[in-house]
Amino acid sequence: MDIILDGIRQAFILLVTFDPEVLGITWFSLKVSGTATFISLFFGMSVGTVVALTQFPGRKFVVSLINTGMALPPVVVGLFVTIFLWRNGPLGFLEILYTPAAMILAQAIIATPIVTGISLASMQQLPKKLRLQILALGATRLQMVRILIREARLPLLAAVMAGFGGVISEVGASIMVGGNIKGYTRVLTTATVMETSRGNFDVAIALGIILLLFAYAINLVLTYVQQRERPR
Amino acid sequence: MLKFKRNPFLTGIALAAAALVIAAGITTAEAAKAQKAVILATTTSTQDSGLLDTLIPMFEKKTGYFVKTIAVGSGQAMAMGAKGEADVLLVHSPAAEKKFMADGNGVERRLVMHNDFIIVGPPSDPAKIKGMKKATEAFKKIAAAGSIFMSRGDKSGTHAKEMDIWKTAGVKYEGEKWYQQTGLGMGQTLAVAAEKKTYTLADRGTYLALKKGLGLDILVEGDGILLNIYHVIEVNPKKWTKANFAGGKAFADFMVSKDVQAVIKTFGVEKFGSPLFFPDAGKKVEDLGL
Repeated sequence: MDIILDGIRQAFILLVTFDPEVLGITWFSLKVSGTATFISLFFGMSVGTVVALTQFPGRKFVVSLINTGMALPPVVVGLFVTIFLWRNGPLGFLEILYTPAAMILAQAIIATPIVTGISLASMQQLPKKLRLQILALGATRLQMVRILIREARLPLLAAVMAGFGGVISEVGASIMVGGNIKGYTRVLTTATVMETSRGNFDVAIALGIILLLFAYAINLVLTYVQQRERPR
Repeated sequence: MLKFKRNPFLTGIALAAAALVIAAGITTAEAAKAQKAVILATTTSTQDSGLLDTLIPMFEKKTGYFVKTIAVGSGQAMAMGAKGEADVLLVHSPAAEKKFMADGNGVERRLVMHNDFIIVGPPSDPAKIKGMKKATEAFKKIAAAGSIFMSRGDKSGTHAKEMDIWKTAGVKYEGEKWYQQTGLGMGQTLAVAAEKKTYTLADRGTYLALKKGLGLDILVEGDGILLNIYHVIEVNPKKWTKANFAGGKAFADFMVSKDVQAVIKTFGVEKFGSPLFFPDAGKKVEDLGL
């Protein structure tokens, strides 16, 4: 138990003294996972909306693939991204292995199916009649999609939180494609793994606490946006 | 006609597009940086002991190269080198290194430093090996007693050494009930061994770094077979044209330079009371002893 108290104390010290290394790692974690989440929102929401609002042969199969993608293990994504990005791999010419760009790529791949799956479900749960009603009022198809997105605001923000939560807490892919390089590709989770293997359990716990606080702050903001009064 | 307020979600999509542009920007910036980047594939012990945290900034300041340290087991480090995915290796698995060189994957293999492996276990020492002089005899006794031995099982240098000792001792260990594998790094394996009160083979550096609160004692040390030797190897640019040979060579030269050898000599004395590594540049492996 002592070690947990030490960890909490350590987290407090690191936070109040604005430890530059920890701040740097935290900020970098936000940048990487934030960018990855935005990219996944772009693809995930587009694909999710299209699949939710259209009918085509094999649709159920596509939906089942998307839902399976939500269970994509980060470490498997990491392995494949690494193999593709190797110098002598198919995308080796990009020369981005062990860089933040590779981490963003891997995390975006992890988050996209999560966002797609939840977007799809949230758009689909809107009553079918709503669409007819909106169109009957003279809205164009694009306007209809915009209204539907607004109607599905609550579950869609849940998609954002799930996607972001999935990648900020992920370690397998980040350590493989980023390499946990000090001051360059080290994020909160990979630093926690390293400090654990160094036997600095208090620092590892402290980093874990900082990660949680940080995820809480982000989710608090998103929850406020989600739960505020509906605009009239 | 309906009126539309500014929709936060469409703004989000616009931001996502912007994020893509930023990511693309980072990618191009990285490509420029890649010229000066050296990929160092090394073992976990050099990172976990903190040695590289001291040496890498020295190297970067001196040469202007940017080092990407990938700390994995020696086995994986050499696999990276053999695929041309690393520029320089700092590893401690001599038999595998010789094969690596024989296969033409490396240019030069230079001795950097050594420390030693130790057999650690719970203070109760169920197999009664404490103070034994021969590691092979101690391993035989652990096997005979059926006391649990925790192996790294990850093809690291430490794992290679451990298998070497089992083989020399002539003990069948694979599939035995008392032989367990973690598949983890040294630090985590020590933690597992401590928690389950089992024996394990560790490098002294990592053990000293973690000793506090671990509850594992050094039981056998000082046998010649327990020598742990680190070499630096540049990856062959003839085989892998994309490798940064100049950078790799600069790092290898740096590791055997006088300044660095002096740093290695005193590294860890302040924190652990004894050095973690002994500098050996220019020496021959045969001259090393315990």
